[in-house]
Amino acid sequence: MDWSDSPEQAAFRQQVKDFIQKELPERYRSGEESEELSGGWQADRKSDNADHRNTAIAWADSLAKKGWIAPAWPKEYGGAGLSTIEQFIYNQEMAEVAAPMPGGMGVSMLGPTLIVHGTDEQKAEHLPKILSGEVAWAQGYSEPGAGSDLASLQTRAVRDGDEYVINGQKIWTSGGHLADWLFALVRTDPEAPKHRGISFVMMDIKSQGLSLRPLINMGWKHHFNETFFEDVRIPVKNRIGEENRGWYVGMTLLDFERSGIAGAISYKRGQDQIKKFLDTAEGKAFKRVDANMVRLELADRAIETEVLFNFAFRIVSIQNRGMVPNYEASVNKMFGSEVHQRLARSETKLWGLYGNVWDPKSKYAPMGAQHVQDYVGSVPHTIFSGSSEIQRNVIATRGLGLPRG
Amino acid sequence: MDLGLSEQQELLKNAAREFLENECPEQHVRDMEEDDKGYSPVLWQQMAEQGWQGLLIPEEHGGAGFDFLDLSVLLEEFGRALVPGPFMSTVLGGAVPIMEIGSDAQKAEFLPKIASGDLIFTLALTEPSARFDEVGVQAKATVSGNEVSFTGTKLFVPDANVADYMIVAGRSGKGVTLGIVATAQPGVKVTQLQTIARDKQCEVVLDGAKGQLLGADGAGWAALQPVLQKYTVAECAYLVGLSQMDFEIAVDYAKERVQFGRPIGSFQAIQHKCADMVTDVDGSRFIMYKAAWAISSGQPAKDTSIAVNMAKAWCSEATRRVVAHGQQIHGGIGFTKDYKIQLFFRRQKRAELAFGDADFHRELVAQQLGL
Repeated sequence: MDWSDSPEQAAFRQQVKDFIQKELPERYRSGEESEELSGGWQADRKSDNADHRNTAIAWADSLAKKGWIAPAWPKEYGGAGLSTIEQFIYNQEMAEVAAPMPGGMGVSMLGPTLIVHGTDEQKAEHLPKILSGEVAWAQGYSEPGAGSDLASLQTRAVRDGDEYVINGQKIWTSGGHLADWLFALVRTDPEAPKHRGISFVMMDIKSQGLSLRPLINMGWKHHFNETFFEDVRIPVKNRIGEENRGWYVGMTLLDFERSGIAGAISYKRGQDQIKKFLDTAEGKAFKRVDANMVRLELADRAIETEVLFNFAFRIVSIQNRGMVPNYEASVNKMFGSEVHQRLARSETKLWGLYGNVWDPKSKYAPMGAQHVQDYVGSVPHTIFSGSSEIQRNVIATRGLGLPRG
Repeated sequence: MDLGLSEQQELLKNAAREFLENECPEQHVRDMEEDDKGYSPVLWQQMAEQGWQGLLIPEEHGGAGFDFLDLSVLLEEFGRALVPGPFMSTVLGGAVPIMEIGSDAQKAEFLPKIASGDLIFTLALTEPSARFDEVGVQAKATVSGNEVSFTGTKLFVPDANVADYMIVAGRSGKGVTLGIVATAQPGVKVTQLQTIARDKQCEVVLDGAKGQLLGADGAGWAALQPVLQKYTVAECAYLVGLSQMDFEIAVDYAKERVQFGRPIGSFQAIQHKCADMVTDVDGSRFIMYKAAWAISSGQPAKDTSIAVNMAKAWCSEATRRVVAHGQQIHGGIGFTKDYKIQLFFRRQKRAELAFGDADFHRELVAQQLGL
């Protein structure tokens, strides 16, 4: 057991640090998540402000030269072919400075799926545009009636010659309004058992009959959309993998590191920033007088964050030994999202009544109201990407071998 | 960065598990609860033959020269098997302080006999104030040259009933002072307490009990810090093994126990408890090993210190949650003396309280974080 870098790991870490030091644009150097950058690189890319657009492009160009837009992709597809431990170090260092990452769903989801299941033509058409930042992707999986039970999805694709005709609705389309293309799971065989009648398709988000409606979240932010399909026609060649095998195509995982280290780093950074703030006159003025209970809560949150770091290190250790994590990845997701909520709650509590000021620019908002915003913003974290309940089911059945209910 | 065991640690772990499954079965654990000594001298000698009492002791003093991380791996197996007896008292409370603080002559006198299983030690630290800090040490120490005598009451001293020697902490005019004190002398009176774990914690009344000075007069508290860190992490390692086994027994039971025509482990109410148990056990394991690694690899003092406090704060509460779930999953049968799960529940509490519970260590974490 060793929590420190090997000489090779340390050398690679230094390489990433040097790169960041040299290449990260000034606009991205605040070292923290901010309201200004909350839309991420994707928002800058489509910003009305030319400086912001140019900054986004410059950062993506710097990364692209190293193959670091998609560091985990094999080199032959324009990635850097990094080992899992190198990916981990890369992700760690980028998270340490809160660098906005280009790529998004294209790099993390669609690209790997294409690399494994795509035709040469599909790869040639789509992979370069993901790497150049020319095309941003959104995901169409969930539906109003298919959440945790995703395989019950009903959006219908009917074959008509060389085309599919798609009708139905998706929901929780994150960043759909900033995306150019959509990949989706659609039902191609309504008679088959639910997992075996689904196909994986790609479409231009400006396709005729496809419309997006903003779904404003409880934090008053536009992140999600509803996506409606009314006789949307797409070529059959936009299907990835065989017809009716889309469920399994969608489950494909490349050899990506799965530690989720960025969460732990962000929580730790938030705690460090609070300590600094509490040392200032402004911080002392905001801190509630009866803060001792919160103080011990925050100590617990720091301990839980340490546990979360170890869970992340465990995943990458497993992967680095050439093994595939089983229930361990579910533990990370469940525990991490629950720590996130507790942390936001404890941090907000520190400010007493000031903890309900939402306006980041208000003089009465401690630390730009980030904690109350996180208190709301962390609500869906125990829900999306497999709710805490689903994760516990997975841990119990797949991990511990308990019988399915 | 790698959180897996080394090859040597795997060997140690597997050897320990096999040995303890054979030599320390459940019945032995039960027998020792009712035994006046609380340990088997035969098993004690067998463990010495395995090289365990001397695992940490340098080869020049008859030990195996392994590091503290290796010992933590072994102690996890001790927790799993609920090994009764004075192993931790002797190794953490005797060998470690002598290795850390002792003179060359003291090392030569005591360490080989600890490694060979010929001597049992314990650490007499806490008093009726039940405090783990420096203020808690109030027994009177009187130093005369290389000798020291102690007067006062030490309480919750583990295994003093069978210890040949105690490392005693007292207070002289110069501060906390340590001594190596033989228990077989008129100035030492040992009375066993009955505790939740039926281990052998004792009241030790010292009345001019004589011994050798260990370390310098008044330098005892600072000298004890690395000892307390290791002992604290050792208790965490024991808790990790204990809670891992409790969890495994509970999951097995959930697979077998049928109600409403199906195994109770098929109910989500039970499944989610099991998922929380494995999260708590795994979380305990890695935060414990992080602290053990920090100690073993000589990380900066402030990093090691907070790692130890975080480990004990977390392990104390997480393993308590695990054994509580273990009881709940077992239902009524788990509340009987005959069924094994209760052995883990009762022992968890002892180790939770030893060297400070979560409240104690959480406060220290808060202080070190500058909160």
